[in-house]
Amino acid sequence: MEAYISLFVKSVFIENLALSFFLGMCTFIAVSKKISTAMGLGVAVMVVQAITVPANNFVYHSLLKEDALSWLGISGVDLSFLALLSCIGMIAALVQILEMILDKFFPALYFALGIFLPLITVNCAILGGSLFMIERDYNFGESVTYGIGSGLGWALAITVMAGVREKLKYSDIPAGLQGLGITFITAGLMSLGFMAFSGIQL
Amino acid sequence: MSAVLGNETKSAILNDETKKVLVEPLVNNNPITLQVLGICSALAVTSQMSTSLIMALALTLVTAFSSAAISAIRNHIPSSIRIIVQMTIIASLVIVVDQILKAVAYDVSKQLSVFVGLIITNCIVMGRAEGYAMKNPPLESFIDGIGNGAGYSLILIIVAFFRETLGSGKLLGYEVFKLTKDGGWYEPNGLMLLPPSAFFIIGIIIWVVRQWKPEQIEKVDYKIMSIAHGEGGHH
Repeated sequence: MEAYISLFVKSVFIENLALSFFLGMCTFIAVSKKISTAMGLGVAVMVVQAITVPANNFVYHSLLKEDALSWLGISGVDLSFLALLSCIGMIAALVQILEMILDKFFPALYFALGIFLPLITVNCAILGGSLFMIERDYNFGESVTYGIGSGLGWALAITVMAGVREKLKYSDIPAGLQGLGITFITAGLMSLGFMAFSGIQL
Repeated sequence: MSAVLGNETKSAILNDETKKVLVEPLVNNNPITLQVLGICSALAVTSQMSTSLIMALALTLVTAFSSAAISAIRNHIPSSIRIIVQMTIIASLVIVVDQILKAVAYDVSKQLSVFVGLIITNCIVMGRAEGYAMKNPPLESFIDGIGNGAGYSLILIIVAFFRETLGSGKLLGYEVFKLTKDGGWYEPNGLMLLPPSAFFIIGIIIWVVRQWKPEQIEKVDYKIMSIAHGEGGHH
């Protein structure tokens, strides 16, 4: 249990997907102008991440890994080079299914999150999470923890960023830095803040 | 333009349109500093020049070839499933690049870790496929891919140049500044090797580019006005 808690804290703070691996930066910069939208996207990413990382983990361990097909009586087959294709296909399909389910059963939620779902398929944080899971060879329990944790970390980062940017629009910024430039500098300062967590030993 | 001139434009490889498509993304319409696309990997691999060069090359090739392939079948893709079709083409190309890297330059591919795979979701590739290749013929799309890849590469190389020289006193592994620990004068700036420096450098690049090209400056939401009117503005 302790290992899971430590992995969770690590994936939220120390190895924050947005601020220390720069994943999902495009949406991070583009959709962080208002706190409410940023939070909506953050929650959507968290939900999708918590579903796709374990799903990809299951597919990888039962189909693609070296000798994973032994339950079918086939041995010595290594399909791990297909991981990229299967991960992205899985993500695209799951996002599409999630969109349909939300539309059918939770219309209110669909209106709140629906517009973000197509964005999520091409969000590097989602694919990055799955690829890190494969690279670090997490088991199923760890992948669930990592999925929730890394999604939460990303949501936290984008919400904080939106909070800063909402205040920032009343500031007197040099013309050339207006908008994108100052956003990058702010992200850099936030990333510097998150670096402080990296000294924590768990 | 090509629609009007028809076959004639196809023979001239470097006509105005092609040149525009190739040169425009470098500064005037740079994918990173203006369109805010593909920043993710741009920042993560830039702590060393060698990884950035490989990454830039890989992304340019993937963008060019995927644009050409998608453009070639653009009239046969039903629009409801076009994202998945584009993704599959891009992912297949990335797998090819990944396998080649593993075979030819294993050390670099280890350093790039997941970021080669993340070319799939790099917004530049998808953005060009969706925004340009779906509406234009293959050759132009290919060149557009090269142009945008080059715009991305330019920023990547600038960032990597500052991060590697200031962070470790080396460039591509060769010594540029002699470090104090080897009896030289330069004390490496450790911050340059950490993630935040990449954000700062890109922010500064954007600032410099926009001073140079003032038409890229964004409009302000709220204009700051001094309270004392008619007294000469700022205090």
